[in-house]
Amino acid sequence: MLLAYTSSELTSIFTMQGFAGLSLFSVLLLMALGLAIIFGQMGVINMAHGEFMAAGAYTVYLCSTLTTRFAPSFQSYYFLIAIVTAFVVAASLGLLVEWGLIRFLYKRPLDTLLATWGLSLIMQQAFRSTFGAREVTPTLPDWLMGSFKPTESIDIPINGVFVMGLTLFITALVLFFTFKTRAGLRMRATVQNRVMSSAVGINTKLVDRLTFAIGCGIAGVAGAAFTTIGSTGPDSGSRYIVDTFLVVVFGGTASLLGTMASAFGIAQTQSISEFFLQGTMGKVATLLAIVIILMIRPQGLFASKVRRA
Amino acid sequence: MNTVTKRLFGSREGLVGNLILAFILIVVLPGTMDIFRLNLVGKYLTYAFVAVGLVMLWGNAGVLSLGQGVFFGLGGYCMAMFLKLEASDPISTKIQSTPGIPDFMDWNQITSLPAFWVPFKSFPFATFAILVVPAVLAYILGTAMFKRRVGGVYFAVITQALALILSLGIDGNQGVTGGRNGITDLRTLLGWDIRTSHAQYILYFASVALLFGCILLSRWVLSSKMGRILNAMSEKEDRVRFSGYDVSNFKIFIFCLAAVISGIGGAMFVLQVGFISPSLVGIVPSIEMVIFAAVGGKKSLLGAVYGTLLVNSGKSLFSETFPQLWLFAMGGLFILVVVLMPNGLAGLWQNYGRGWVAAAKKRLMERHPVSDVKPAGQIF
Repeated sequence: MLLAYTSSELTSIFTMQGFAGLSLFSVLLLMALGLAIIFGQMGVINMAHGEFMAAGAYTVYLCSTLTTRFAPSFQSYYFLIAIVTAFVVAASLGLLVEWGLIRFLYKRPLDTLLATWGLSLIMQQAFRSTFGAREVTPTLPDWLMGSFKPTESIDIPINGVFVMGLTLFITALVLFFTFKTRAGLRMRATVQNRVMSSAVGINTKLVDRLTFAIGCGIAGVAGAAFTTIGSTGPDSGSRYIVDTFLVVVFGGTASLLGTMASAFGIAQTQSISEFFLQGTMGKVATLLAIVIILMIRPQGLFASKVRRA
Repeated sequence: MNTVTKRLFGSREGLVGNLILAFILIVVLPGTMDIFRLNLVGKYLTYAFVAVGLVMLWGNAGVLSLGQGVFFGLGGYCMAMFLKLEASDPISTKIQSTPGIPDFMDWNQITSLPAFWVPFKSFPFATFAILVVPAVLAYILGTAMFKRRVGGVYFAVITQALALILSLGIDGNQGVTGGRNGITDLRTLLGWDIRTSHAQYILYFASVALLFGCILLSRWVLSSKMGRILNAMSEKEDRVRFSGYDVSNFKIFIFCLAAVISGIGGAMFVLQVGFISPSLVGIVPSIEMVIFAAVGGKKSLLGAVYGTLLVNSGKSLFSETFPQLWLFAMGGLFILVVVLMPNGLAGLWQNYGRGWVAAAKKRLMERHPVSDVKPAGQIF
């Protein structure tokens, strides 16, 4: 199928599909960062993670609607505030969920999985009851619209560039938080040895709660980013959740670098194969490849050398 | 009781439990329901096969698979392919541009039967495939995962991805699989019309019989030495390994067995409902089947049947009257069962029901003393 195109056409296809892949990479990475923090570091898998993303996306939609109605002149700037609001809303929701549900389940990872699946059903229906089953799109500020054309056949959308920039910024922030702050240090200590951390005076329960909230907050930012490249429906989150799990597992848990590498690989493979294979088969091929690689190398791309109990 | 019945039913209480369930399924439900409702129950019972498999896999071996719908679907598709080929003989499909192939292939401009469909013209092969295809897939997956000591959450995520892959794959290859609509318009099994009420009654009873067969088989496996190893494994896997057992082989075996049982369920589903589609294979049905088992009690084989019937009746009741509330109810059920009732209905029976029955029996005995009532046993 590659033979049907000329080499310059192929370059354009790869550039544009590659760029579309970068947008997917951004959303997947933001989702996976949150999930990896929660899953890799606390052993709790959050099936409702996609719904936290949707919560972020709906927050942006709400902000957009409110701005259009009450402060139309503010239209070009609201988006930056909406991103922060999305983080705060999703993180507070996460805090609430941790307090009300997750903290009873830390020793039972498989049960957490089922309980958070139940939570995701409830949240989806709540979105559907509140915002309707139809997909919604916030009004994007003008500076996010349009695209530049470096050559005749290549077309790069600005919103994609923005999402990528946002992703890089958040990733840098997460890395900084994890490795350069006291709170990050406490988090890493709790991951490595919970009992010992507790013995030296770290409030591990508080750390758990904050970690969960931050993970959910990042999912909220992912939702905000998502609104610039797609429309939001009640089940938007669940469409990405399996991909996100695979990104985390494929990257190797407890390795943020691995998460980034695998998000990049998965998004690019999917995006480029979707062009050449029809319909959903690109996704099938990608997922199948990941599962086969995981069967051969179950520890993922970047495994930590530490043996875990 | 002799050893065989003891191993098949557990204690006397287990025997009574089996008899009660059999009485409900064979006498009460067919006696009180019209064929439409009974056919629905029959459909739910085919999910109970999967739930029974999950009780073995999750409740007893401690391995949670979120992709059991895959095996249900494989069994179902094997059966549906056979039935579809029987329904598309050259005479009844003569208006097609290529007579003798399934209608959806004709719509997709396919002119000859794909190679993997050809053996499904034979009923013995289809039956063989229903049992073997799920087992082979489970064996490959199980070997790859369990031999490398992948378990727990990883295994759950990978099986879930498998469910997504299979449902998308079927969906995306409309020409050879029937796509999103699935394989529909199935009519006869070896010349016997499966759409009449008479046939539906027979198929219902066949499902009940097969379900009991699977439950007894599972009970047999769980009451063997292997069952004890599985139980030990789900508690402290390392100790079992250090005692010299190859843990992975036991897991692979139980995974294959659960897959085969699910496949049988899928085949019975197709016979009773008359179609199969990727919506029965994907993530959502697969995880719903886990909740059926959880509601019944993840360690209880009979509980799995009750759990499946209750959740599904609740689902059809709710979604008919309050479609909005159904997802709330289902989500709440997930959370409630997991957090508050980790052993499901069977746990309720063990904690409260059994004591209540014993007290009632005691009161009865005080009024009419009988000498030979034994205490209730341990296994439900």
